[in-house]
Amino acid sequence: MIQLEILDQVPPPLLALLIPTIGAFLIGLLGRWPNLREGATLLTAFTLFGVVTGIYTGIIDPGYWSAPAADFWTPTASTAPIVLVEMLPGIELSLKVEPLGMVYAMIASTLWILNSLYSIGYMRGNKEKHQTRFYICFALAIASVMGIAFSANMFSLFVFYELLSLTTYPLVAHKGTPHAVRSARTYLGLLVGTSVGLLLLGLIATWFITGDLTFKPGGVFTQVLADGTLTAPVLGLLFFLYMYGIGKAALMPIHRWLPAAMVAPTPVSALLHAVAVVKAGVFSVVKVIIYLFGTASLVSTASGEWLIYVAGASILIASCIALFQDNLKRRLAYSTVSQLSYITIAASMLSPMALMAAAMHIAAHAFGKITLFFAAGSIYTAAHKKNISELDGIGRRMPFTMGAFTIGTLSMIGVPPTAGFISKWYLVSGAWETGYDFVLVVIVCSTLLNAAYFLPIVYRAFFKPPPDDDHPHGEAPWPIVVAVCATAAGTVAMFFYPDVALELALQIQRGLP
Amino acid sequence: MSDVLEIYNYWIYIVLMMVGFYGVMAKRNLIKQAIALGLFQTGIFLFYISMAVVDGGTAPIWMADGATKVPNPLAVPAAFDNPLPHVLMLTAIVVGVSILAVALAIIINIRRAFGTIEYDELTKIEREMEAREAREAAQ
Amino acid sequence: MIPFNELITDNLPALVVVLPLLGGLLATLVGRFAWLWSTIITGSVFLLTYTLFTAVQAGPGMRYEFGNWPYLWGIEYRIDLLNAFILLVVSGIAFIATIYAKLSVEDEIPADRHNFFYSVWLLAITGLLGITITGDAFNVYVLLEISSLTIYALIAMGKDRDPRALTASLRYLILGSVGASFILLGIGYLLMVTGTLNMADMHAQLMAMPEATQNRTILVAFAFLLVGLSLKMALFPLHTWLPKAYTYAPSAVTAMVAATATKVGVYMAFRFLFTIFGYKFTFVDMPSYHILIICAAVGIIITGLTAIRQTNAKKLLAYSSVGQIGYIVAGFALANPQGVAGSLVHIFNHAAMKGGMFMALGAVAYRVGGTNMKDLRGLGKRMPLTAGCITAGALGLIGFPMTAGFISKWYLVQGALAGGSWLLAFTILFGSLLAVIYSWKMIEAMYFREPEGKTAEATEAPYMLVLPTMALIGLSIYFGINAEFTAGTALKAAAALLPGGVQ
Repeated sequence: MIQLEILDQVPPPLLALLIPTIGAFLIGLLGRWPNLREGATLLTAFTLFGVVTGIYTGIIDPGYWSAPAADFWTPTASTAPIVLVEMLPGIELSLKVEPLGMVYAMIASTLWILNSLYSIGYMRGNKEKHQTRFYICFALAIASVMGIAFSANMFSLFVFYELLSLTTYPLVAHKGTPHAVRSARTYLGLLVGTSVGLLLLGLIATWFITGDLTFKPGGVFTQVLADGTLTAPVLGLLFFLYMYGIGKAALMPIHRWLPAAMVAPTPVSALLHAVAVVKAGVFSVVKVIIYLFGTASLVSTASGEWLIYVAGASILIASCIALFQDNLKRRLAYSTVSQLSYITIAASMLSPMALMAAAMHIAAHAFGKITLFFAAGSIYTAAHKKNISELDGIGRRMPFTMGAFTIGTLSMIGVPPTAGFISKWYLVSGAWETGYDFVLVVIVCSTLLNAAYFLPIVYRAFFKPPPDDDHPHGEAPWPIVVAVCATAAGTVAMFFYPDVALELALQIQRGLP
Repeated sequence: MSDVLEIYNYWIYIVLMMVGFYGVMAKRNLIKQAIALGLFQTGIFLFYISMAVVDGGTAPIWMADGATKVPNPLAVPAAFDNPLPHVLMLTAIVVGVSILAVALAIIINIRRAFGTIEYDELTKIEREMEAREAREAAQ
Repeated sequence: MIPFNELITDNLPALVVVLPLLGGLLATLVGRFAWLWSTIITGSVFLLTYTLFTAVQAGPGMRYEFGNWPYLWGIEYRIDLLNAFILLVVSGIAFIATIYAKLSVEDEIPADRHNFFYSVWLLAITGLLGITITGDAFNVYVLLEISSLTIYALIAMGKDRDPRALTASLRYLILGSVGASFILLGIGYLLMVTGTLNMADMHAQLMAMPEATQNRTILVAFAFLLVGLSLKMALFPLHTWLPKAYTYAPSAVTAMVAATATKVGVYMAFRFLFTIFGYKFTFVDMPSYHILIICAAVGIIITGLTAIRQTNAKKLLAYSSVGQIGYIVAGFALANPQGVAGSLVHIFNHAAMKGGMFMALGAVAYRVGGTNMKDLRGLGKRMPLTAGCITAGALGLIGFPMTAGFISKWYLVQGALAGGSWLLAFTILFGSLLAVIYSWKMIEAMYFREPEGKTAEATEAPYMLVLPTMALIGLSIYFGINAEFTAGTALKAAAALLPGGVQ
């Protein structure tokens, strides 16, 4: 029973942070025996999933969620933040479970299992080098993700945010070719550049002005706004620093790291786009808007409205660029840029309904986009094809992959029965509720654009004859196919059973003052 | 005008110091630079020494029956020169000599290593070495 | 007959200087044991400074009259939290660097000169500690010259590896002497006006003069001191001596000098600007704020850009050091509690990070023979610990959270915001971006290139080199995670320097 005693000792969010870290050590130790090493990866992934589910269902920490909604914000013995380190008085690394972070942690831990499975197939199928380093960094990246998801204050979020950039850097530069190293430089340069140059400045300024970085409903600025120490323009400047400082949200024009990072192996792209990095970005955006700035403060000073227009422009421009990309992964990358701005635009409307849409879309986009990337990697592994123009008739040879791909595209466009439909529904309701016609126009245009750049791929794959000189190939290795089908199934399942995400999203809404 | 001339001792120190400073910055020969540095410092010694002189003052020698308690010499005008800056300069002269010695030792070693003590030639040699290293690094 | 231990405890402040001074002179006589001797000396000095620090931390400052001459007649040593902290940093770094020096010196300097090396080494430490502990302005000059002369000699000892050490040393000698002479001149003018050399008394006399800002002698003294100090602490654009001197000096010397010498220069600036001239004269009546901030900010950017272009890792770090001096100067020029505290914290943090990084590069030179970017290629596999230290140090320079560099930036940016200068806050963080670029050049070479030439056969450096390196880097990380000691001390010391604080 020793394990359970340890479970009692370690607070659950810390456990979620420790498991992948320990997993990374294990992977490093077992580096010489690939089968054991991959066993360790999967074991860690499943354990983490268990822990995160445990936190959600309250098995590990009974009583946490049973309190009436919004009550886990009032600190009691079981809901007080867990302080890991106090660096300076008031500046501490601490963890706390709250619904929005729960959504993110659930998605990341679920998809990590599938992504691990997929990685194993992909890395072996393509005989990549430095696999141990790859799996170690992967596990550490997930640990950082857990840290981001459960951060109790902005400082902790910043620390884990930076750790995530750092641990994913070796993954992007994985191939070690000059091109890969250069792209990884763009990746890291933009992410660290924006976070150190803008986000950190905003962070320190926030601390300087308010002396408080804790995430809480209503945000930290109400007091200083009320007594006049902080004026609306400065709040607007801070908001700008945060929104552009969180480079992982890929708001235009700092989206360039995303296409650059496409040089990485496909499981990494999937990790970047669906599981960890961009989700860390939009998650941080939403979290900062809800729990640091507070919707009320932003509404009263009207300092966040510009974000709607910037995000809207991002959606449309990125979609237009995507139209002209022939490289499949690049097209997906620009699609991600535009989808991320959906979440940002939803959050920036500041209405409860739209915030729900933001939380839902984090989940929906994760499942849809990971399916698309898995499919792209599957095509690359089986047929060694990267470009859309080469995909004629591939659906007949790889029916599972392309079937899943189709489901993914439907989710991106927002067609039922896929998860994308639900989040889009809430988004439209939110826009309707707040009366932003601009957002409605953007949604309509971008839906058309989404269809315009995704459906031709499906058409080409299923309805065009394969070229004659093609060398024969079948489906990708089984772990890849299983992973692709699982994520596609997840996308559909989220349409029929959106309860988990909806429940949490509702709790966010109820937590609002 | 008379004010300006009355403090001629300071003018001498300033001229000496500036001559030295000019030499340090403008001369291209390392030995000349070292000499100029010495001149520069000597100027400062003169400054200290002349500032301690009091009009009509004598050498501050204590007589056997001298008072047991002496006020701060600079704060209260007295009939003898302030010994403190002079003592300071004894130390500073030692420092100056050491600097010159170290400088000359290094210059001798430079001559052995590079075969020249002309600043421009040294710069040229160093530039070539750097360019070679940069080429190697670019490979 | 006074009991021996009482003799020691009564004369602790004097021993901090006397011990390494005598030790340095005796080092020529101890034959093969010069290294062991130096280690014992620096170790005991570290313990002494630690005792001093704890004494000062608990109570008010400490005063010690040298040779029992009464106040204002003799040289007075005055220890408050500020210089106790700097003493601790200098002696700690000196101790670790001395341990490190053994193998590095054996490798880089001919055996017949080892005794001289350690002799000069200990004298340099004497000078640095002396400057920090003394409360007498002229004593500062003398000890400054002791430390400078010995450091010129130490740098020149790099000549057996690269003859450019000689020219670099001479350049430093000339500029350093000019700087020191300016300081001497400044002290002379102050002596003329105040009639005293004791710093505290100087301050009292200056305060007693209501028209100090109209007094041309004081203004000239201020100008000479400001320029001389800027030269000594290598503030941009008076930093030209620094990069080559650091690059071609023996590895151990670079590590020690980079971590301590310019820091002591900054300490002198603290003493002259805050303690002697006082906050009001320096920062209210004089335009020091603008002069220093502009030099610092431009320096941060230009040296950062220059560092990016370097192909020699040691030179790259040397340029980075100039930029870091910019942070330190910007911090105290803001003259508000957060800024000054940031500056003080960064003195320690940068000493630990940069000292550790130069030591790691010394280990690379020990195994590979050079510190060019080419020599760093593939080091992550060949010398994992050394490469890890360089990486951790680089993260610190960037100001990554959980490293000491972050704590410095945290306070510096707050200081800039408190001073109402968003532009400076942004410049400080922009400097971090430049640090990302130049550090990443090293990291890419170490982890994403294949080793070639000598690097391909290199193995991890011996523990005598790696452990001191790890100790310094470890400190920089420890004080990044738990900064209460450094930041707390810095805030207290900063409060004492600024108006409203207790001296």
